[in-house]
Amino acid sequence: MKLSKRIFAGLATASLAVTVTACGGSDSSGNFDDTVTVGILHSLSGTMAISESTLVDTEKMAIEEINAAGGVTVDGKSYKIEYIVEDGASDWPTFAEKSKKLIDQDGVPVVFGGWTSASRKAMLPVYESKDAFLYYPIQYEAQECSNNIFYTGATPNQQSEPATDFMYKRSPAAGGDFFLVGSDYVFPRTSNTITKAQVKQLGGKVVGEDYLPLGNTEVAPIISKIKVALPDGGIIVNTLNGDQNVAFFKQIQDAGITPSNGYYVMNYSIAEEEISTIGPEFLEGHYGAWNYMMSIDTPASKKFAKSFKKRWGSDRVVADPQESAYNMVYLWKQAVEDAGTFDDNAVREALVGQTFDAPQGPVEVMPNHHLSQTVRIGEINAEGGFTILEETGVVEPQAWNQKHPSSKGYACDWTDPKKGEKYRM
Amino acid sequence: MQLFLESLFNGVAIGSVLLVAALGLAIVFGLMGVINLAHGELMMLGAYSTYITQLIFKQVSFLKPYYDLYVIVAIGIAFLVSGTVGILLERTVIRRLYGSPLETLLATWGVSLILQQFVRSVPLAYASGLVVALFFGLFSPLFISDNLLSGAKGKLIRACAWGFSALLGVATGGILSSLVSKLSRASARNVDVTAPSWMRGGIDFLGITFPKTRLLIILITVISVLVVIAFLDKTAWGIRIRAVTQNRPMSDCLGISTEKVDIITFGIGSGLAGVAGVAVSLLGSVGPNVGGNYIVGCFMVVVLGGVGNLLGTILASFSIGIMTDLIGAGRLLTIWPDMPSPLYSTIDFFATTSMARVMIFALIVIFLQFKPTGMFPQKGRMVES
Repeated sequence: MKLSKRIFAGLATASLAVTVTACGGSDSSGNFDDTVTVGILHSLSGTMAISESTLVDTEKMAIEEINAAGGVTVDGKSYKIEYIVEDGASDWPTFAEKSKKLIDQDGVPVVFGGWTSASRKAMLPVYESKDAFLYYPIQYEAQECSNNIFYTGATPNQQSEPATDFMYKRSPAAGGDFFLVGSDYVFPRTSNTITKAQVKQLGGKVVGEDYLPLGNTEVAPIISKIKVALPDGGIIVNTLNGDQNVAFFKQIQDAGITPSNGYYVMNYSIAEEEISTIGPEFLEGHYGAWNYMMSIDTPASKKFAKSFKKRWGSDRVVADPQESAYNMVYLWKQAVEDAGTFDDNAVREALVGQTFDAPQGPVEVMPNHHLSQTVRIGEINAEGGFTILEETGVVEPQAWNQKHPSSKGYACDWTDPKKGEKYRM
Repeated sequence: MQLFLESLFNGVAIGSVLLVAALGLAIVFGLMGVINLAHGELMMLGAYSTYITQLIFKQVSFLKPYYDLYVIVAIGIAFLVSGTVGILLERTVIRRLYGSPLETLLATWGVSLILQQFVRSVPLAYASGLVVALFFGLFSPLFISDNLLSGAKGKLIRACAWGFSALLGVATGGILSSLVSKLSRASARNVDVTAPSWMRGGIDFLGITFPKTRLLIILITVISVLVVIAFLDKTAWGIRIRAVTQNRPMSDCLGISTEKVDIITFGIGSGLAGVAGVAVSLLGSVGPNVGGNYIVGCFMVVVLGGVGNLLGTILASFSIGIMTDLIGAGRLLTIWPDMPSPLYSTIDFFATTSMARVMIFALIVIFLQFKPTGMFPQKGRMVES
């Protein structure tokens, strides 16, 4: 009797505590007129969790910043942004399923999500059939232009093309032969098709190409091939994924494929986060190409890095994918305010032409639903960051690559109903 | 000549990774007919042991001068860690499922998932504490005289031993987490083992660069194989193990404690997986999925070599290694550049890592069509057959 009374008292206290916290939550948002709930959809478990969870952190931070600055103002009413985080679990059909849940059940006006191209390809039909909107923050192989996706990462002409140009013309290995290494999936294969066409145009030679099946870390045969194809050094373009980079860089160093022997690796998937995992001692002297690098010496960039460290811990770093994720939340907010409504279609129209002073510098939403942005080439230094060597001006995105044989001469423009997804220029 | 040597070295290097990984599996699979899908995760534990050993050598002041030797210590620790977990696995799961391979397969697959998630969600310091507790809990009864362990008093003593081990485990966890802050938080992030400086780089000989880590892995493999052969051939328990491998019921009738043989075999097999974990941690990054990448290769080696035959396992792994290098690196194209063009383009087509795997699998399938029991089938009368 006594015991059950005590349990009851405990339960009552607990429920009271819950009520109080709940009240506390809404109290702090007292100066908002209403709330709007957006969806965040990344992998929080499985192999991709390591990378994708950094995006969730960044998006939460951007939302908190916007709320702290008064939220989103629509029609004279201020809205507090709330979010529902769903776990894509590194499983592509799950991404589609959770998208449906967010759109139908939760009725969110926008979903920020995805990392791998496979997850985006799985989600695309959902957003197109429901005419909902996905914001996708990762540099990717392009060759896609959906009316219902907004891409804030780089297209190949905003990353690999300036990088190839740099390697062939101005790097220490300038004029050398190319060897292409990648993981065996769509991004490296498409990216390398473009690189091959570009190297041919430049008058250079691609002497070899190899793809490592995902999950495989036995790189010895690739190293043998590199040594046969490039006996005296040359340019290696690397699009390996995640952990495979660790095996690759550890082993090429042992095999003598190093900058001091004339081998220079240009990387498209290694940002600050990956440098600290692989270890700068294996990467020093090699290159990377991104829109955003943590070492950009502008107030906007420093502020971005500083707020992220303050929010999530001083040992954390920011990198290009996070910057893209950060930008897209702000761009959505601006478009909503301009449209004066959360309605998808009106926001889509208001979005094109939006500009934003991003940590990387000014960006602008183009009619093909991609961003025009700056490209930077950096050399990896011993401190685990990039020493920025080159900066292009603002480069316009090509959704359909002009060097890829299948898409040459095509473009995308959603502002003109006659043009749309893919039209001949 | 140079090309031949280089190709041979590469083949042996790839093969020795396969061999050290498959060695434990070959013994377990051969002896008990147990398909242990958690073998890869036992390797993963070995790789994590290397990582933890490395961190301890970096942090503890009296161990710091010996940092360069941590890999050697790690081999011993990895053997014990994986062996302990393997014995626990045998005692709790596999023992109850002898004679039902399909259930064993499913259960060990489940265990592999549990182990993967375990290293993701439990801080490594406490995970090590748990392993320490298990180690002393499982092994301390062996050092207490049998008289004390019998009867009601025995139960009490056993309980005390477990209690003491648990305390030891908690202490280890506490000490580790306060000593190395990296180990006190759970993280799904892959970690990295950095080889000490004497093991980095390569040795130039006859115009070929031999990477030192590869040489070390070949050395680890050779030593492991020699030790296993010596154990199986020269020691009493080795001979018992071989007897059970050949005919379990008959050995049982002749007074061999098959239960003990099972524990020892499974422990050694698992321990060897741990040693393999040290080897692979030197090549790539260490993460929860590291073992899964090797498990298919291990089974391939064991099946190709012939179940329960060490010589077969050795030959199979080296032939797969050499084939991988020959096909994957397009060696034939370099040796014979003027071959007829249809042949050239065919070989060129398979000269990528992905296609080389396809080709090797195809060749193995064809080989097994002609010799379904592998290179060296077991001879003699088997009850199973």
